[in-house]
Amino acid sequence: MADVSVTAAPHAPVPGLQHHFDSIEQQKEASALGMWVFLVTEVLFFGGLFLAYTIYRWQNARGFAHASLHMDLTLGTINTAVLICSSLTMAMAVHSAAIGKKKLLIGFLVLTMLLGGAFLGIKAVEYTDHIHHHLLPGPGFHYPVPTDARAAEMFFSLYFAMTGLHALHMIVGIGLLTTLLVLARHGRFTAEYHSPVEICGLYWHFVDIIWIFLFPLLYLIGRHLH
Amino acid sequence: MTENSESQHIVPIKVYVAVFVTLLVMTAATTAISSVDLGPWNTVAALVIALFKATLVVLFFMHVKYSPRLTQMVILAGIFWLALLLLITFSDFVSRGWLR
Repeated sequence: MADVSVTAAPHAPVPGLQHHFDSIEQQKEASALGMWVFLVTEVLFFGGLFLAYTIYRWQNARGFAHASLHMDLTLGTINTAVLICSSLTMAMAVHSAAIGKKKLLIGFLVLTMLLGGAFLGIKAVEYTDHIHHHLLPGPGFHYPVPTDARAAEMFFSLYFAMTGLHALHMIVGIGLLTTLLVLARHGRFTAEYHSPVEICGLYWHFVDIIWIFLFPLLYLIGRHLH
Repeated sequence: MTENSESQHIVPIKVYVAVFVTLLVMTAATTAISSVDLGPWNTVAALVIALFKATLVVLFFMHVKYSPRLTQMVILAGIFWLALLLLITFSDFVSRGWLR
């Protein structure tokens, strides 16, 4: 009964534009803003762990520094480089989506996932090594220097909590990238509409930033003692 | 590109590569500095480098340099809340000598 043409938008419909947004730009800015609000909650989530780390390190400076020497610096540095590479490939994926290059987008998404997988693989090797050396906090925890054992156990509790939570975010990130890959293969993204790629990119870079702080605070605090 | 320039700022690839190279160099720098004994300044140097790296990622990889003011305000508000969490707790902690 109502004439549809009266309420129709003045412009031709844009693929991916939801009816409650005026324009694709407005929709894009709204989704990025929404992602940032979520990331701010994540900043405070990880912030609590960094706070706990700082307080306990303050109380056990020497024990933390010595416990940090049990980290494998080579693997940690490689993993930092792997994550930085994955951030570049993610940025390139978003760039490819923004210029409407589907094959490039798919290629960079796959590369990012592979680098994320490599990071988790190296992390698993490190975890296995720590557990093998009885450094997993709990009844099986055993530390070579008894006077530092309590501080070291606290260091490793924080290490496993912080890197574990970070790794969990990486796993979620790879899940998100898998979804993007499926959507990209179905041709769902265009130069005008690719907000999902953009906001998953924000998430991926955020997880990289967490590692940028974790690496020096967990791997490097005892190096000057050598 | 010109049609898109209002809705999205397409960052040139060379900017991404420059940020990427800087991040790798800074990772090497923070690793190298950590083996020199600077006393309490080791932690300061590590945090300054980490903050610099994070800022690069936020501004360029996450496009915040080109984002709307509203988004930038939300991020600053988030950093402000993080600062409150850290500073108020630290001020409580350092002002009680028996806790240390």
